[in-house]
Amino acid sequence: MTTLKFTTEHEWLRQEDNGEVTVGITDYAQQQLGDIVYVELPASGARFDAVANLAIIESVKAVGEITMPIAGTVIETNPRLVDEPELVNQDPEGAGWLLRATLDDAGVLETLMDEAAYQLFVASL
Amino acid sequence: METAPHDIQSTPLESLHLELGAKLVPFAGYAMPLQYRVGIVQEHLHTRAAASLFDVSHMGQIVVEGPAAALERVVPGDIASLGLWRQRYSVLTSETGGILDDLMITHTPEHFFLIVNAANKRQDADHLRARLARDCAIRVVEDHALLALQGPAAASVLGDLEPRMHTLAFMSALRLPVAGVPCLISRSGYTGEDGFEISLPAARALEFARLLLRDPRVAPAGLGARDSLRLEAGLCLAGTDIDATRSPVEAGLSWVLAKKYLAPASAPPHFPGAPIILDQVSHGTPMVRVGIKPQSRIPFRHGLALCGQDGQVAGHVTSGTFGPSVNASIAMGYVARAYAAPGSRLVATIRDRQHTAEIVPMPFTPHRYHR
Repeated sequence: MTTLKFTTEHEWLRQEDNGEVTVGITDYAQQQLGDIVYVELPASGARFDAVANLAIIESVKAVGEITMPIAGTVIETNPRLVDEPELVNQDPEGAGWLLRATLDDAGVLETLMDEAAYQLFVASL
Repeated sequence: METAPHDIQSTPLESLHLELGAKLVPFAGYAMPLQYRVGIVQEHLHTRAAASLFDVSHMGQIVVEGPAAALERVVPGDIASLGLWRQRYSVLTSETGGILDDLMITHTPEHFFLIVNAANKRQDADHLRARLARDCAIRVVEDHALLALQGPAAASVLGDLEPRMHTLAFMSALRLPVAGVPCLISRSGYTGEDGFEISLPAARALEFARLLLRDPRVAPAGLGARDSLRLEAGLCLAGTDIDATRSPVEAGLSWVLAKKYLAPASAPPHFPGAPIILDQVSHGTPMVRVGIKPQSRIPFRHGLALCGQDGQVAGHVTSGTFGPSVNASIAMGYVARAYAAPGSRLVATIRDRQHTAEIVPMPFTPHRYHR
């Protein structure tokens, strides 16, 4: 089983067999956002980088901007989130994935936190 | 305006909120539960399915001891005809015809009991004193909590404790002990559901809330659910949907005006802004409050501009959220009359994308009051 890598912005990334990565937000992040009612994702082919917003996630009370500290290109977004944004709450590391992408530098994955490091990071917040 | 942390007050139920896993947020100077563990959507749905307990102790409770005619110098409603133990929704108006606050007025044998919004309670009390002091005694009740039990099971829950609750009429009140706690209970609320609002001594609020929560039909609900419930019910939030720049007429609240002021040989009105407001009743207002249904799930938030299909600015959103019971994005706001007819289409631009919405009648969910 492929292990997840974590960013300080509370995204998880999973490298697939073809080298692409699947990206989502962590359980901690969805808990902080609360009930998610709308997810706005970039178009396929869109570039993201260390500063641009990757996605907008709106909960009942707030608008959350998901920024990604890594550069890459979007290949596909999760089509189910259009009508079922609550999947991000229910299964953030599974059916609630946000998008698949290629990273400009796949080597950057090695610099990200593993599960244990991420849990320590969250505990320190 | 930001309130410094040391100015934050807590309600008598704060320890219970924390025990129940509430996320407390500052609201109108109080630390209030935004939500509990299950979250806003589940709390909202539970309210419409069973019963929810809301702590609304931050709201202002004001006693006005004096003649009904005095209150008619501050609100446009017919208070003289308000029967004993009957309750009425009204607004405090300004000299320019705006809404200073909305409130509930209950006629008890000793006085009129007012419930006003938390953010306005001091200025409301000052306003009442300035206008009514010559023939009324005005007292802000500081030692009472206020609970709201809302939902289709609310009457059974409270009726199990006090059988007279089953037969209490909508917009009526009673003062009586429930489980040994002296309560002033009205059959009303702000969720669109049947329910009760309970004023009780702050010192007894914790035990009473725990008693209600022991009933398996009752769950706690926070301000988040209260907001989405009232918006689905088409009800205005003071300070957001109605304020001193909006008159009751443009807010779609003309029904609060006493009929005696509208008849041809009408009684002379004494409420502030009466000439302006009554003229608006005859001639209409340029803007009106409307229900707005976006076509996609995207929330239309407060302040969002709305354009007509002609590209002209038609108005803007004052409240918007995702309505859990209608399972859709819902909003209300003010638009120019030309755009206000149900079915009229408007466009909003959110983060560079255009989103279409339709003007719809309110409420978004049918009211289920006990009538």
